Amino acid sequence: MAYMHIGKDFVPPDVVGKVTGRIKYSEDYSREGMVYARLLTSPVPHGRVVNIDAAEALAMDGVFGILTADDVYPDGEPQSPGLKVLTNEPTLVGEPILAIAAIDEKTAETAMAKISLTIERLPFVLDPLDSLEAGGADAYTGGNTFVFREGFAQEKWTTDQVASFRSGNEPTAEAQQSWAYGDLEAGFASSDFIHETVFSTAGYPHMSMEPRSAMAYWENGKCYLHGTSQSLSAIAEEMAGIVGVPLEDFVFINEATGGGFGQRARAGSIPSMAIPAKLSQKINRPVMMRVTREEEFTIGGARQGLQGWIKVGFRANGTMAAMDLYCISDNGGKGGGGDANSAAAGVSALYQTEAMRFRNSSIGTNTGHRGAQRGPGENQIMAIMAPIMDKAAEQLGVDRLEIRKLNAAQNGDVSGQRSEPFTSAYMPEALELAAKQFGWEEKKGRARQTNGSKVRGFGIGQGYHNAGRSGMDGIIRLMPSGRLQIHNGVGNLGTYSYASTSRAAAEVLKMPWENCDVITGRTDRHLPITSPQDGSNSIFTNTRTCYGAAQDLLGKMKEIAAMDLGGNPADYDIDGARIHQIADNTVGMSYAEVAQRGMELGGKYTGEAELPEELNTLTQLSVSRLAGSALMGIYHDPRHNNNPPGFAVCLTEIELDKETGKFQILDMVNIAECGTVVHPQGLANQLRGGAVWGIGLSALERHLYDPQNGLPASSGFWQSKIPTYLDTPLNIGTGWVDLPDPENPVGARGIGEPSMGSVSAALNAAISDALGGHLFDAAPVTTDMIINHLADVSSKAVPLAQNNFRG
Amino acid sequence: MNPKLTRRRFIKGVIASGAAVTSTSIWYAANGAERPAGSVERLIRINVNGQMRSVDVAPQETLASTLRYKLGLTGTKLGCNRGECGACTVLVDDTPSYACSVLTHSVKSMRIETVEGLQSANGDLHPVQQAFVEELSPQCGYCTPGQVMAAVGLLRANPNPTREEAQQGMAGNICRCGSYDSYLNGVMRAAQIG
Ligand code: FES
Ligand code: FES
Repeated sequence: MAYMHIGKDFVPPDVVGKVTGRIKYSEDYSREGMVYARLLTSPVPHGRVVNIDAAEALAMDGVFGILTADDVYPDGEPQSPGLKVLTNEPTLVGEPILAIAAIDEKTAETAMAKISLTIERLPFVLDPLDSLEAGGADAYTGGNTFVFREGFAQEKWTTDQVASFRSGNEPTAEAQQSWAYGDLEAGFASSDFIHETVFSTAGYPHMSMEPRSAMAYWENGKCYLHGTSQSLSAIAEEMAGIVGVPLEDFVFINEATGGGFGQRARAGSIPSMAIPAKLSQKINRPVMMRVTREEEFTIGGARQGLQGWIKVGFRANGTMAAMDLYCISDNGGKGGGGDANSAAAGVSALYQTEAMRFRNSSIGTNTGHRGAQRGPGENQIMAIMAPIMDKAAEQLGVDRLEIRKLNAAQNGDVSGQRSEPFTSAYMPEALELAAKQFGWEEKKGRARQTNGSKVRGFGIGQGYHNAGRSGMDGIIRLMPSGRLQIHNGVGNLGTYSYASTSRAAAEVLKMPWENCDVITGRTDRHLPITSPQDGSNSIFTNTRTCYGAAQDLLGKMKEIAAMDLGGNPADYDIDGARIHQIADNTVGMSYAEVAQRGMELGGKYTGEAELPEELNTLTQLSVSRLAGSALMGIYHDPRHNNNPPGFAVCLTEIELDKETGKFQILDMVNIAECGTVVHPQGLANQLRGGAVWGIGLSALERHLYDPQNGLPASSGFWQSKIPTYLDTPLNIGTGWVDLPDPENPVGARGIGEPSMGSVSAALNAAISDALGGHLFDAAPVTTDMIINHLADVSSKAVPLAQNNFRG
Repeated sequence: MNPKLTRRRFIKGVIASGAAVTSTSIWYAANGAERPAGSVERLIRINVNGQMRSVDVAPQETLASTLRYKLGLTGTKLGCNRGECGACTVLVDDTPSYACSVLTHSVKSMRIETVEGLQSANGDLHPVQQAFVEELSPQCGYCTPGQVMAAVGLLRANPNPTREEAQQGMAGNICRCGSYDSYLNGVMRAAQIG
């Protein structure tokens, strides 16, 4: 289909601000009379605050006030493992206990040193298996796990059960969570190759480049919060609730966010933004809270680590007959997540296994706050699965690309616990395209070739994430000037989705992009509700809302034209910013004229009547504030059917030096299967950025904690080891299948997360290939692990260790 | 690299001033009121983006603090405030330098350039900025001012780098969004634009 905007590059409105430094992040704002908050954080991994004596600090000149958990939660802290604004029951080192506001940060720090904090140390634990073991410490007061609607609970295995798992056997304890489909026993019975192993994947911090600083002030009873988020309108209601202010009196300002990879999607994972808001309310001054890198590490969230057991059966022809997966998920000191469940759903989607069982238990540790991180679960498990697929291919004599095509998801396929159909799926096409672009047939013969101490390895990886939601709202306005204002509540975290999804509205109205304004950046610009910008959902979800709002506007324009110029609405079409009769295109009105006429008519044309039922609360508020200002298109998006998938395929070639354990990525292509392409440059950026993240997952990043004191040892960029220019290939080839999805009006689905899983899988497979098919059953596979393997030092020296070295 | 501006020299300066190198201390240092007896003059003039600016600078104040919090040049970002990420990169006598790890007093006789100083008077973007827009190099944009300044410094020293040279030259700047490839495309395009 020939589109005017969809599939075309454009200059997003904020990019010039990014290259000139003019765009503002939360810490770039200041306000007359602004004072500064500093945080006093927990020095222990698990404790209970017994007393806070701040009298001396508060008596200092230039100190304005203090905020404690007792101020925030006068009725006691909520009994949940979720991150608190401030806490008296810290469960990780660095968790904020109190904030103090002063004239400057030096004064605040000096005052902090005068606070006497009495804290009772409690036992702590860094590895879920240590906690599961009888007699092991519990991460929380009241247990090591949290049962929904019931509260904290204790989960223990026998010493033998833990030892048996650590030594490679299927866990025998009953899992907290399980689901299954198909006949597992029959699947394994019909298998000609069965692989069974324990595995572990490391947790690691998000490390967004911008620390989550926030500034707040109150004016005329309203709270203005300059913060950082992946989402914009989606977090407003929950954040207002955390601050304790009615939604109508809360303004969230967030023009740009310096990176969000899951942990800035929802207010509950960035509650620290409420600290300056509450302090400001208490001391009646604007408060800036600058967050340091170490603090960002602590409260910035982390990926869940998984310790697991997996058993996979393949038939002689290479089809996957059965998969059995048991995980222990590391819930950290706060938060948690559904990584294991997503991992299982991902395996089911990507490999179309005929029978499957999933079991999981989630256990807390006194380590970083956990939650969703780019492709949670899927991207870890794909790194484990890809080398296993290669082993199966080798054992069964099937080509490595073929075994993936044999099991690939296609149109009409289903996946997951509920066997939900895909909206569309073109994985074989993606594999074909990736192989062609990479030159697989010509290159694959080089696998395991050596040159001195160096050896080549090839990897094929596939990524998947459920990539689309619905049920959100759209608001657009045709102004009397003829300009189109597209109100978009998607956050600005660097995907440019807030702008690219807006183009679906411009597309419907055939509106030149230069005549469009994207209205975003702060909630008092009257934004519709959108889904939180996580789960690769923005492209699918918000093209639907923008498209729907534009269709509503178009219908109203046709009604007005018919009213004024005769005939029926169906007799009209649009072109060149005009609405005209189809039979005689000289009879028509300009967009400016129709907007002016709409304003004269009022009522439903200007958002004052006949609003769609089911509009979300924030959208209702925004529409009520915009009512009468323009000819408006307002839309509530109904639910879509089935599961819109995002798929990606990566092929890579590495050269691994057996003397040093280091490898270099010589070639890499990362291909998307995400429906119609909306914004090619933005998509390429997601494929490249996802690739860099995949390299981090498979080769570099991990949490490290000091086992004696529970102190984090990887709180900086370099210790955490996020990939740099020199860890990544000189070029990352990109491409896309570009076939439309029927559940989206422009055919689009999301890609942000699978674009990482494809690479984590391919790279882990390539490392395994270079080492003759050795399976580490772990991610990351770090240089020390490779060296130890080559030196014949057992890689299971610390079996399944989490938050520590694994040999 | 300018030998006068090594990180070691910065650390020596910090030791001499008795300040601890932590991210918080650098921030509050920016606001420090005391002046140690016999210490350097606080009111100094520094050359920023071609203009001489008078500014009150504490002895242990970093250049990033001065730029952001005294001169309002918030284009220079702080990602770590401890010399790990490059978000704060500015040019000091044409050399890319981490402004979080340079004491303002140590550069008062040098030329400081920040991202705000690149656009020409008529509003034209600098070739690096223009190339970064055309290649859509930034994602979240938080590392972008640092990447821009690193690229400007690189291209002044080596106007026609190979892609490998560009990769090496930019390696002091982390991008968590993983936009490295897109930034390299931008650097190579900027070299063509000249
Ligand atoms: S802020 Fe200066 S290097 Fe990170
Ligand atoms: S663009 Fe986000 S950190 Fe580089």
